[in-house]
Amino acid sequence: MWKFIHKLSSPPYFFDFAKRIIPWLLIIGILQLIIGVISGLFFAPADYQQGDAFRIIYVHVPAAYLSIMIYTIMAAASFVGLIWRIKLAHTVSISAAPVGAWLTFLALLTGSIWGRPMWGTWWEWGDPRLTSELIMFFLYIGFIALHSSVDDLKKADKAGAILILVGAINVPIIHFSVEWWSSLHQGPTLFRADGPSIDPSMLYPLVLMILGFCFYFCALILIRIRGEILYRQQNTNWVRNLIERENYE
Amino acid sequence: MNSIFSMGLYGYYVWSSFALAVIVLLICYIRAKVHFRKNIKTVEENIKRLNQKK
Repeated sequence: MWKFIHKLSSPPYFFDFAKRIIPWLLIIGILQLIIGVISGLFFAPADYQQGDAFRIIYVHVPAAYLSIMIYTIMAAASFVGLIWRIKLAHTVSISAAPVGAWLTFLALLTGSIWGRPMWGTWWEWGDPRLTSELIMFFLYIGFIALHSSVDDLKKADKAGAILILVGAINVPIIHFSVEWWSSLHQGPTLFRADGPSIDPSMLYPLVLMILGFCFYFCALILIRIRGEILYRQQNTNWVRNLIERENYE
Repeated sequence: MNSIFSMGLYGYYVWSSFALAVIVLLICYIRAKVHFRKNIKTVEENIKRLNQKK
């Protein structure tokens, strides 16, 4: 296992490995999304309190869950990049950030759309869950802006990694905000000590959607990482040979 | 059929959320592909420039 992880930290090996698994991740992800959408929209029963409006959960929760997961991965990668100076770590962070930002944007937007019929408002500034998720969106945007504003790649990686690590304090705040403070947002449904509080007929499509989002966006991040590896390793022989052979895709 | 689209009067909210999700999924895919192609082009040009100098 460690041998495999060690191998993965080598850019040429990772580049080739990612090329092989991207199509599978995309196919499995899209299939899960199709089945998840059909079962979530047409087969899951309506909620006894929220009616059919609860079906927004099938896009809102996967987007919100993944936005937090991607940020956590970026924080771990930044830590590894800063401490062990593994080249690939910063590549992971900068490749995952735009995808994370889009997913946070989607979570905020669908949450707002869901809030209108349920809470009677599109947005509530005093709500800790909504505000902490918005702060995470700004952290993503701030990281991308900071990274692109520094010309020296090493300095940009370092500055970005520090920002991500400082912002990581927001991750537990987002997760526990509904337990620590009174919030309009409902409490945890899936990740509870006593198991999910949602009926299996509603839960299975949700799990499928979360897995579908994970597979699909993992493939997209890998596509971005491959591009970033090529750019950062352009002065190495293996990239030159690859480009000259025109066998990069 | 009508009840599927109306979603118990929440159709506007439910369908617009799913439409937004599809748009974000597509945008992210296109942007990832464009990012990859752009980087390849840049690297190709840089290598060409280096070879010409040699």
